[in-house]
Parts: sequence; C-alpha cells; structure tokens
Amino acid sequence: MSIATVDKPTDDGPPRRAITNQRNASDKRFRAVVTAGAMFAFVVLALIAGFLLFRGFEVFKEFGFGFLTSSTWDSGTGESLEGASFGVAAMLVGSVIVALMAMILALPFVIGTSLFLEYYIGKKLRAVLVSILDLMAAIPSIIYGLWGYLVLMPYAAGWAETINKYFGWIPIFKVDVENFDASPFISALVLGLMIIPIASSVTREVYSRAPQDQISAAYALGGSRWGALKAVVLPFGRSGLIGGMLLGLGRALGETVAVLLTLNLVFELKFQVLASAGGNVASLIASRIGEAGPSEIKALMAAGLVLFTLTLLVNFGASIIVSRTSKVAQ
Amino acid sequence: MSDTSTPSIMQEVQPRKPWVNRGQSVRDMVRPTVLAGVVASVVVLVTGLAGPLGFYFAFVLAFIVVSFINGMRHDKVKAIDKVMTTLVTAGFATAFIPWASILFTVFKRGASAIYFGYFTHDMAYTAGDDELGMGGLSHALVGSLLILLMASVIAIPFGIVTALYITEVKGKLSGLVRVIVQSMSGVPSIVAGLFVYAVVVSRYSFSGFAGAISLAILMLPTVARTSEEVLKLVPEDLRSSAYALGASQMATTFRIVLPTARSGLITASMLGLARVAGETAPLILTAYYSAVYSLKVTGQPLASLPMYIFQNFSTGTDTALTRAWGGAAVLLSFIFILFIIARLAGRGSRK
Repeated sequence: MSIATVDKPTDDGPPRRAITNQRNASDKRFRAVVTAGAMFAFVVLALIAGFLLFRGFEVFKEFGFGFLTSSTWDSGTGESLEGASFGVAAMLVGSVIVALMAMILALPFVIGTSLFLEYYIGKKLRAVLVSILDLMAAIPSIIYGLWGYLVLMPYAAGWAETINKYFGWIPIFKVDVENFDASPFISALVLGLMIIPIASSVTREVYSRAPQDQISAAYALGGSRWGALKAVVLPFGRSGLIGGMLLGLGRALGETVAVLLTLNLVFELKFQVLASAGGNVASLIASRIGEAGPSEIKALMAAGLVLFTLTLLVNFGASIIVSRTSKVAQ
Repeated sequence: MSDTSTPSIMQEVQPRKPWVNRGQSVRDMVRPTVLAGVVASVVVLVTGLAGPLGFYFAFVLAFIVVSFINGMRHDKVKAIDKVMTTLVTAGFATAFIPWASILFTVFKRGASAIYFGYFTHDMAYTAGDDELGMGGLSHALVGSLLILLMASVIAIPFGIVTALYITEVKGKLSGLVRVIVQSMSGVPSIVAGLFVYAVVVSRYSFSGFAGAISLAILMLPTVARTSEEVLKLVPEDLRSSAYALGASQMATTFRIVLPTARSGLITASMLGLARVAGETAPLILTAYYSAVYSLKVTGQPLASLPMYIFQNFSTGTDTALTRAWGGAAVLLSFIFILFIIARLAGRGSRK
C-alpha cells in the first residue's frame, strides 16, 4: 500500500478545525457538572457525621467518656440533660457481642459455601447457585427478624437450654433466670445467617483467583483435592476471607430490625449470651426514638454517631484488606 | 474392546491410566448414603435427637464417619479428602436449610392472609386483629412505590454521575470518590434514618419524602458501584472512534457510552431498588406508618410494606401476625421481580 497523498486544503470545503489539546467550553462545563455530582456522596457523608455530631455534641460535653462507659439510660425530666444520665456501654458491648458471635457462627458456612461453589461443582450449577445466594442476600432484614422470632426461636431456645445444661459452667453460657427466649444467641443466629451470602460472595471471588498452576502442581504431586485446597487456595484466600468477614461484621453491627425483633433490650452490662437480655445500639435508637423527649433525642443522636464511627472503621479496614488482596492477585 | 473368544498373542493391551479421574460411580455414591441414612435413623430412634433437623445432623455426622471408613480402604490421604468433601458440602447445604424455611414460611403463612381485596383495601377501618377477610395493604403497596420512586429520582442520577466521574472524567479525585462510595455503602440504615430525622423530620414532620431521602442515601452506593462496573465494560474503541470523528466528550458520553451501557445501567438501578425496598429501620424514623391510603408525600406519615409488616408484628395477635406474613410475601415477591428484571436486562447487555 502506498502512502495516500494528502490533498492540499481547498477553499470550498468546510473550514479546517484548529488542532488543539484544549477542551472546548461545553466539555469543560460537562466535566464540572459531573465532578460536582460525584461530590454528592462526599457531601452526604460529611453532613451525616456533622449533623449527628452537632445534635449529639451537648451529650458528649455533658457526660464525656462516661457516655461510653456508663450503662444507665435515664432521661430524667426529659426536657434537659440536667438530672438525666445517659450511657451506651451496655448497648455497645451488646452490639459487639452479637456481631462477633454471628461471625463465629457464620465462618464455617462461609468457608464451606465459598469452597463448594468454586471447587466442588461445575460452571452451570455454580451460576444457578450463585444467583440463589444473591437472592438470599436480598431478603429484607425484617423478614429475617420475623422468621427468627416466630420460627427459629422455639428451636433455638431449646438448643440454648441444651448448651446451658452441659456447658453452663463456662461463664458466658451461664444464665441467672431460666429464660432462653430473645437472647443474644438467637439474634446472632439470625445475623449469622444474614451475613453468610454477603461474606461468601467476597470470599468466593478471592478464592477463584487462586493461581491455577499451583493447584495443578499440587495435583501433579499426587495431592488430593483437599490437599490442593489446603496448600494453595486457603492460604491464598486468607485475607479475602478476613475482608469478607469484616464486611459482614460491619453489616451485623449496624443491623437494626432483625435484632430489634429477636433481642430483649436490657440496660445492664451482661456477658451471658444465652440469657434473655442483651444490648444493641441500632435497636436502641429504633425502639426509643418514638417516645423520646428532647434530651433523649440528643443522646440517641450521640449513640448514632458512635455506631456510625464504629461501622465506618470496620468497613474501612475490610475494604483495605480486600483491595490489597486483589492487587496481589493481579 | 477386543473379542475375548479368539485369544491371540497380539491381543491389544489397554494402557492403564491411573491419573484419569473416573468420577464417582453410582454405587460409590449410593452405598455411603444408604449406610449413613440407616445409622442416622437408629440414632434418632435411640437418642434425644428428634425431628427432621435431628435426622439431618445425625445423617451428616454418620456420613462423615462412613466416608472416612470408605476412604481408609485406599489410604489416609483419600480418607481425609472424603471427609473434607462431606464437610464442605454439608457447610453449603446446611446454610440452605434456614433459607428454604424462610421462603416456605413466608409464602405458606402469607398465602392465608392474601385474598382478592388484599390489594385494593387499606387498614383505615380494620384493626390488626380483625378477621382476615377484611382490610388489605393497598396503602402500604402504594406508599412503598411512591417512596421508592422518589428515592430513585434522587439516587439513580447521582449514582450514575458518580460512576461517570470515575470512568469518563477520570478526575484526580477518582480514588477518593471510590473510597467514599465504599464507606457510604457501610453506613448503617438506622444512621441514615437518624440523619434524615435530625434534618427533616424534627423540623417538619414524618413524611414519605423524608423516607425517600433516607432510602436514596442507602441506594446511591449500590447504583454507583454497579454502574461503574458496567461503564468499564464499554469498549475503549467506541470512545476513541467517537473522539476521532470529532465528537466532544459530552457528546461521546451521552450518545455513545450511556446508550451502550443502557441495559447494564437498568440492572444497576434495579439492584439499588432491591437493596432498599425492604429497609425498615430508616422508615421507622422518617416515613413512619399510616393505616390510610394516601398519595400525599409531605406533611404526614406514609405507609410502606416493611412498616406494614413491622406494625402488624408489633400488634402481635394471631391474625395480625398472619397479616405480617402476607405483607412479607408481597414484599419478597416484589424484590424477586426487581431481581428478575435486573437479570433480564443484564442478559440483554451481554448479547
């Protein structure tokens, strides 16, 4: 092919456009508008933190660290913070206990589900089961709560009684009153079920990126399937598993309705997970806001800020861990 | 196969291929299953384990033992492999039991609440514990649709614009925006509700509009992240071609990139809607609940499906609980439909 000869510009054609690397005015406007729109998320996040801080500030000023270490919840006259006493210690500890228990209960199922879907079945069946799992992740928390209270609780209270009978000598399995309904254990079962699909979708993703040549090498050395998984996939996917579980933890810490329906809120610092008493910050807000006076609303705002900060930290940690893994894998 | 009736010296020798995975023969599958089933039945009959659940756990335990013994006929490695296969499969299968139970209960118990008038009546003249042939959830269904519509109007444009910033404008803050969106997806729903309560509700009143704002906050990150994934799939060649033809970036975005990604963007929006359609916690603080059919989205509380379920659950009588299950069945069907639309739209984009 010969090089095409360039015609000399003639005067009767359309005028030549100037060659430039400057963007024209409409593009500049377009980029400015899109940039401004993208800042919306940032503004909203800042506004949430700002408003909660602004509305809850008086509470932090009045009670200082006591707000985090005390467990009394007494609105006093209801009008002002004078004579009132607010502290979220029991609720905060309760939130963490329930969320951690949910993680522990979910962990074996997250690993099992992720390994099964990636390494034990074919592509077609996997596609079907993964979409079912996605669908389960979309079941609203109120339905989980409804099911947890009406269907699961009669069974779970029985399980709790059995655990208490044989392991009651361990302090956390002790109960003062023989009532096993609406305990942190039952809430944790429901939350654990809710985070399985969330955590396993992240974990599965990372497991699937395990180096195929190393897996083949493990087989070539005469290893069994489990040998290959143990030697290659599990070590490779460890941080993906941690990231996925942290993401689930963030969800479990902030979950409101499923806990509200299945947990008996008590303003007392307790570590007995089978007893019918527990704490939860999110449920506290949802259950108290309806009848709260001005002073209590301020305290609830402050509690919201504490919850917001906690979940933000957990999620941040999770996303850093997950993104670090994906960089290693690429 | 060579004919065995005519032996010859040159008989074909079949090479052995021990490395070929022959898969499990049917007999290998059936024998341990039957054996474990028998053991589990005996365990259920003799010990305290009872009911289908008790049988299931006895079955899993028995299966582990049987597969171990089965594997030991070869060697220890094989035995451990078989046990782990059983454990992994059981870990997956066990997680599905509660989900099956949820779906089964919702639709079975919900069905007894649903009758023809369920979708045309509200609860204005019906108390939660009135008999089931009365009242309905038209108010909650319409309220939910209104709130979701308003939330979409806010969240979908902002979500897509956020994604456009990352994929098209590729601004300096792309990394930061991505982190912000990630953090926003971790905001607990109750905190979003509390924020709107502080800003809107405490000044004016409970309203459907306030509910929509809180849901939009929760919806935005899902829409933004899914849209980003979709926009990344638009081939770079298309953009280059458009630029080569002299199109501005704005024209390229609106005439080439967005139309190409349209069905994917629909998927993103549907997933965002499905994510928030069942949110209850923020609505307790924002839209609250009203038993009366209404299209007014400001100045007064507005009903929604999740709050209808919550309200009936709080009433707590048998008929009210059945109504709650009915609401749950309608809500779940609604979310599944959104999912199916998202899936179908997604399939369109891949072709």
